Amino acid sequence: MAESQGNSFARALWMTEGRARDLIPLLQAAQEAFGYIPERAMESIAGLTGIPVSEIYGVVTFYKQFRLTRRGKYMLKLCDGTACHVNGSTDLEIAVEDALKIRRGQTDPDLLFTLEVVNCVGCCSLAPVLMVEDETHGTLNPRKVTTLLKKLRTEAKSS
Amino acid sequence: MIRQIVVGTATCGVAAGANKLLAALHDFVAEKKLDVQVTETGCIGLCYREPLIEVRENGSRKLFGDVTADVAKKLAAGEGGEDVEKCFLREGDAVDRDGVLAGQKRIVLSRCGVIDPASLDQYLETDGYKALRKVLGSMRPAEVIDEVLKSGLRGRGGGGFPTGKKWQFVAAQPPGEKYVICNADEGDPGAFMDRSTLEGDPFSVLEGMAICGYAVGAGHGIIYCRAEYPKALARLRHSIVTAERNGYLGQNILGSGFSFDVHIKEGAGAFVCGEETALMASIEGRRGMPRFRPPFPAVSGLWGRPTNINNVETFANLWWIILNGGAAFAAMGTERSKGTKVFALAGKIQRGGLVEIPMGMTIRDLVMKVGGGVGEGRTFKAVQLGGPSGGCIPAEKSDLPIDYENITATGAIMGSGGMVVLDDATCMVEVARYFLSFTQAESCGKCTFCRIGTKRMLEILERIVAGNGEPADLDRLLDLGEKVKQSSLCGLGQTAPNPALTTVKYFRSEYEAHIRDKKCPAHSCNALVTYSITDECNGCTLCAKACPSKAITGERKKKHEIDLQVCIKCGRCIASCNMGAILKV
Ligand SMILES: Cc1cc2nc3c(=O)[nH]c(=O)nc-3n(C[C@H](O)[C@H](O)[C@H](O)COP(=O)(O)O)c2cc1C
Repeated sequence: MAESQGNSFARALWMTEGRARDLIPLLQAAQEAFGYIPERAMESIAGLTGIPVSEIYGVVTFYKQFRLTRRGKYMLKLCDGTACHVNGSTDLEIAVEDALKIRRGQTDPDLLFTLEVVNCVGCCSLAPVLMVEDETHGTLNPRKVTTLLKKLRTEAKSS
Repeated sequence: MIRQIVVGTATCGVAAGANKLLAALHDFVAEKKLDVQVTETGCIGLCYREPLIEVRENGSRKLFGDVTADVAKKLAAGEGGEDVEKCFLREGDAVDRDGVLAGQKRIVLSRCGVIDPASLDQYLETDGYKALRKVLGSMRPAEVIDEVLKSGLRGRGGGGFPTGKKWQFVAAQPPGEKYVICNADEGDPGAFMDRSTLEGDPFSVLEGMAICGYAVGAGHGIIYCRAEYPKALARLRHSIVTAERNGYLGQNILGSGFSFDVHIKEGAGAFVCGEETALMASIEGRRGMPRFRPPFPAVSGLWGRPTNINNVETFANLWWIILNGGAAFAAMGTERSKGTKVFALAGKIQRGGLVEIPMGMTIRDLVMKVGGGVGEGRTFKAVQLGGPSGGCIPAEKSDLPIDYENITATGAIMGSGGMVVLDDATCMVEVARYFLSFTQAESCGKCTFCRIGTKRMLEILERIVAGNGEPADLDRLLDLGEKVKQSSLCGLGQTAPNPALTTVKYFRSEYEAHIRDKKCPAHSCNALVTYSITDECNGCTLCAKACPSKAITGERKKKHEIDLQVCIKCGRCIASCNMGAILKV
């Protein structure tokens, strides 16, 4: 699997003209392929575009989308936009932390879940919401979240 | 005549289970071999009733909300029943049972939730691309700009700059490489107008961009869309390819000799990249840091070339203005704010969703009539407008007609259209702290006052919320706020103090209660409340099990007690209680 993951990044490198403007799309391709930005990906991009690794690192850490550590199978994006905040996203965060024993920004030891707290996923009228990968779950409460996480864990274990 | 079942599959619909409904319907129709067509549409606007289904048959259209799989199947089979009745909302364009459509005027949203957003044919059937055809066939670029000027359209991205004037500046630059950028970064938390427009009517934005390109003499368009919107991105990609294939984008559009292409850039998660100069830096592959203006993007923008940048909603108004004339648009709204505005209603409101109203409606009408007011037993306290750059307008001031100048006069800003409604259980100091923590984290760090000033303001607010505020803190907050506003380069720093300044202005007594009496009037700030178990407690022991500090004791089936000395006020007991028997007082 790791090899085919790397392949899509290799293809992106091969397709690009290697101009400065390609930096962010290349980083996005690396993140898509590996789930995070490995150091070697930054080095490959540097070699191709001529942008120093230090500057690439600066760009990577500027944008919230980019991660420097491995992620779990499920990326949990807990929304803390205004509507979710006033409708109890903090309680949801506690419930997720309790269920998974991880805090925001962390990944569990089984590499199943990564928890991120994000600004707004634009689903405000169903607040509070949690995104699991690209799927949005709305009108949650601590109990529903706990059930959802349990279900995901069972699914992941049986697959 | 075959029956058509239309499922709303915008992001909110999907979050409420629309995809599962869609799959169940497809299976059901195939299994029963029904002569029924199952299709999708974008945001219908009544998000609080998702998932929504419209049934079209013999020219009639009936809308149903909170639809379950059972009800969906009955609708497909043409059956009735009590459960079906319960889900019924409205017929045709009539005002729905809840009255949400009363007072709305839909231009930008006219196709959202009506057509299948993936279908170019349905776009064409609803006057799509007529405006571009008219512009390319019979209007000179200057005439197009004149029409936009006449309409009085102002930028919907927040600033409210007259769109026609901006176009004039770009058009006046010497010919050569020019760009049109559509700002779909929509970073304000509490806003989802642009997402819904892109998901529900993507072609209208592409048409607006092409009209703009023709008017200002630009051959290339770029849509900068945030990566948090996977569905909008997918719809856009599909629409661009479809438009190109059918001659509405690309080389020699509609045989006119005008060429215009559109590319997508995905944002990478930085709020400040919604600011136009930061956005362009980001497209160029750098850290998204704003720069000093002038030169304005109209003169020197992307790659140093003249660039016209507008918001999604601004572009989505154009087809209507061209087809109906600038004067018809200017006939709606107030003296200086014309046309309609889309608002995303969210927060402590009964009927959250997407609404489009003529400028000039009062805030109170929008919240109470269109949005159905706040929850039962609660009182409407304030609205938060304009996200982290905006401010809070108290309920007492809500008879204000909505337009750019009126809103600015309150100390808030119109912003892009996110309206978060707050009730008496919301603590205004905590709201200010929330926004300051947002802007503090999102400050790009270039200007000292924005970088450090917001940090100091946040610390003061955190202190007050934690019950450690000092009497001099309010003056410090106001003083710092003014300085951050004056000494920042871009809109982020210039507006970041607004949430704090407006809450101090309108809710000073709430701040004073926190500082002087060590009380949170909304019973929301943890440090200033105590937990208490009421007589509703049925002794189920769930809270005692949930409590990490073992502060709760009691026998099974008997009322439990909290030891306040041990309680860490984490809220886990409240979350675990089925009876609503634990209160913060
Ligand atoms: C911090 C900051 C964030 C902004 N975010 C957005 C945004 O998310 N979407 C948007 O359309 N405009 C945003 N703007 C406004 C843009 O800079 C710009 O004025 C706008 O895109 C122009 O389009 P308009 O004239 O159609 O409104 C932001 C401005 C600032 C200062």
